Amino acid sequence: MGAGVTSAEPKVTLDLALAHGLTAEEYDRIIRRLSREPTFTELGLFSALWSEHCAYKHSRVFLKELPTKGPHVLQGPGENAGIVDLGGELALTFKIESHNHPSFIEPFQGAATGIGGILRDIFTMGARPIAILDSLRFGDPEDPRTRRLIGGVVSGISWYGNCFGVPNLGGEVKFAPEYSGNPLVNAMAVGLVKKDRIFRARAEGPGNPVFYVGAKTGRDGIHGATMASATFDEGAEERRPTVQVGDPFTEKLLLEACLEAMGTGAVVGIQDMGAAGLACACSEMPARAGTGMEVELSRVPQRETGMTPYEIMLSESQERMLLVVAKGREEEIRRVFAKWELDAVEIGTVTADGMLRARMRGQVVAEVPVKALADEAPVYEKPTARPPWQDDLEAFDPHSLSPSMEPEPALLSLLDSPALGSKEWVYRQYDQQVGTNTLVLPGSDAGVLRIKGTRKGVAVTTDCNARFVFLNPRVGAAMAVAEAARNVSVSGARPLGLTDCLNFGSPERPEILWQFKEAVAGIAEACRTLEIPVVGGNVSFYNETLGQAILPAPVIGMVGLLDEAAARCTQWFEGPGDRVALLGPDTVSLGGSEYLWALHRRVAGRLAPLDLALEKMVQEACRAAIGARLLHSAHDCDEGGLSVTLAESCISGPRPVGVEVEVDSRDATAEELLFGEGPSRVVVSVAAEAERHFEQLMGEFRVPWRWIGRVGGDRLVIRTGGASIINLSLDRVAQAWRSGFEQRVG
Amino acid sequence: MNFGVVVFPGTWSDCDFHYVVGEVLHQQVRYVWHRDTELGEFDCLILPGGFSYGDYLRAGAVAGRSPVVEALPEFVARGGMVLGSCNGFQILCEAKLLPGALMRNECLQYRCQSTHLLVENAETPFTRAMRTGQVLKMPISHGEGKYYADQDTMRRLREKSQVVFRYCTEDGRVTREANPNGSMDNIAGIVNEEGTVLGMMPHPERAAESAMGGTDGVQIFHSLLGSLVEDGTFLKR
Repeated sequence: MGAGVTSAEPKVTLDLALAHGLTAEEYDRIIRRLSREPTFTELGLFSALWSEHCAYKHSRVFLKELPTKGPHVLQGPGENAGIVDLGGELALTFKIESHNHPSFIEPFQGAATGIGGILRDIFTMGARPIAILDSLRFGDPEDPRTRRLIGGVVSGISWYGNCFGVPNLGGEVKFAPEYSGNPLVNAMAVGLVKKDRIFRARAEGPGNPVFYVGAKTGRDGIHGATMASATFDEGAEERRPTVQVGDPFTEKLLLEACLEAMGTGAVVGIQDMGAAGLACACSEMPARAGTGMEVELSRVPQRETGMTPYEIMLSESQERMLLVVAKGREEEIRRVFAKWELDAVEIGTVTADGMLRARMRGQVVAEVPVKALADEAPVYEKPTARPPWQDDLEAFDPHSLSPSMEPEPALLSLLDSPALGSKEWVYRQYDQQVGTNTLVLPGSDAGVLRIKGTRKGVAVTTDCNARFVFLNPRVGAAMAVAEAARNVSVSGARPLGLTDCLNFGSPERPEILWQFKEAVAGIAEACRTLEIPVVGGNVSFYNETLGQAILPAPVIGMVGLLDEAAARCTQWFEGPGDRVALLGPDTVSLGGSEYLWALHRRVAGRLAPLDLALEKMVQEACRAAIGARLLHSAHDCDEGGLSVTLAESCISGPRPVGVEVEVDSRDATAEELLFGEGPSRVVVSVAAEAERHFEQLMGEFRVPWRWIGRVGGDRLVIRTGGASIINLSLDRVAQAWRSGFEQRVG
Repeated sequence: MNFGVVVFPGTWSDCDFHYVVGEVLHQQVRYVWHRDTELGEFDCLILPGGFSYGDYLRAGAVAGRSPVVEALPEFVARGGMVLGSCNGFQILCEAKLLPGALMRNECLQYRCQSTHLLVENAETPFTRAMRTGQVLKMPISHGEGKYYADQDTMRRLREKSQVVFRYCTEDGRVTREANPNGSMDNIAGIVNEEGTVLGMMPHPERAAESAMGGTDGVQIFHSLLGSLVEDGTFLKR
């Protein structure tokens, strides 16, 4: 080749490669692999496919530690999304992904296209999306810039998800100053697929035609993948043009058309054109199948004139797919897309020679082995180092601080904080019910959907306490897995699998990579003990602005199965007379707690111990009690500690109801008792007639537990040693909780 | 009874209505593509919620000029019933099958929440199984649901008892707090003069099973079924 390359393209030099985010070493490697200088278009391909975002260069070596297999796993990592078996003929596909950088540059479109991208990952597998969740992290909510970001991100998610027609089942909104220059916008999508209708992103069968379907290609989002692989500097906001623009209506048409096309049996393989667009799809699809691909770029539908091969290959225009179609059945595909008024253009064929060959009006502009692009990116094992700050953080003793407030005002101010206050302001902007499957709306520990045509249900959640991960990456990340599993379990569901979105700073800094390595090890450990496989995920590095790294946030998205959806459980107390029990250990800590942050602005201290075997038993016991219909409520006891958990159980349901509990103080201070946080704890309420049965069941599971009080009245009362330390009217509690978020953010 | 559920590009409550009519109420139902104009077989057509054509121009504006909607006046004149919910209501207003318009919510945000509806007129084919003054619970999910009409239209709506549902509190008071979108007179649903076309912003199909949080939406269908007489025509007002 060489002679065919268009002469109008810039000359490729080392400087140009460096400007593309490649290192000198990587550029050398490309030249050696090709035995020549790459063309300009080829350089673009390598820079995108070998970016951190696409190639996981810095993370791959650690990620292989994660357990990815299990009896329910039908598809592990490596495809557009993972799939777990629901029994019968159905399976669940799900994945979480980050859209952090675009959302900071342009919050509305950044967040919207994050939703669009994750939805395509789901329906590419042949599944109909049935839920989305969003896990958001922002800086100080008192800062007007933060409020603008929150407003933009939430309305972007609302706009895209609502127009597309998928219910939002929950997620998280959290705050820390470290996110002010680098918010986190992670979106998870869940889809339902028949097991014999699963599609994969493989370009099988040389000779099969390759179809481009969906929206037209423009110049938007060129180098999005590369942008996601660099830290922010002061010019970040000038990169707005690299953020893609979403069109949820076209995405909805694309969904219906793709599912209908798949139903014809004429689709061989399909891949979403997201990050690195055509470049990624045209190399990854044949690489997975051991084939090659030849495409004619002038046939790609374009909405701008004069686009170069480079721009066409690297555009990240949204709502597009690449299809490999069974030869001879092209008409069936054309008919379906014509019905939905979408472009479907044959742009090439699958070949047997293992090359990606792109032509522009017949002239070859790129000719690269697909494996070189998709599989041969360098893998780095960069140095890691325990950060010097770790020791000081752990050495901090929260008891050294004198309590700044009495327990009652402290509880009210916690409930009134944007972190713990009701997030209704957010989720009422999201459709939560389209599809008429939502059994538990946002606002409980997990969202629950029914599976029509069966008695089954699915529970979904996203969780992470980034403060815990910062203080102890290994234990904190394991706690994120434990908490997600707990939230699924307290809803009555058995965890089936998880997807992780690993948000960290720059992996080129040894202390950040240490956080990453430790966190992945913690996730792996928790997954092994709790027997929950990782079926997919996403790594988002370079979450730094001006050298300030975020609090590391390995966000865990989890799905679980209820055999009987009717047995589902929610977090709020139901009625007077029910007895309240606390399952799990007594040990809690103020280290890394919401209390310590909200009242003392400190993120420090030692975490409560995590005993994964005990965690597993508590969750099993809880599920068994829910399955036997003994519980009227079950609520994960986490941020804010026991007092906040009890308050939420009183006021978050449709009918507020009070509670009176008496807790054994042991040696704990009132602060620890009320606000200390620790894993493996669940507050349940038991119907009076089920008390005996419940006691027996807990005995069988040999989990630590104790009765602590009864539901009733219109006050939240917490006593220890006979004296009440909290005695508040529900009105006051509810008012604080309801206004906390909205007043500051809305 | 024979139902048709109209599907526009961008409709998303089609499957939900189809499910409720077919699986919950065990009535005959099939989808009607937006290009179809052969409507002879149906007793009732449903225009479901969604974002037809992305609602990029104005909510319902493009769908309001689609072949199936242009065939509706004849369908209605022939005795057919039309139920438009959410985007369906917007489309019916755009097509002038119902008076008034639906504007951006007063809060300028999308709202998905439970609402209570006061039954204002229990003498339409859609409300015959209810009592006037009864309170129903149904969710809304829209960004453009603020009902607006000029004073003359409002007066006519009142005179002819065309206002069917108004947003109210749980105990039936029509207050500003109970109005989720700033609609004039808390209007949530209206009928045409004959009572054969109902447009409403709330989603009855999402309140059709107790597992979904309520069954008040079913009363609309029960009313319709109860209004159908033996010769295949409907009892009118």
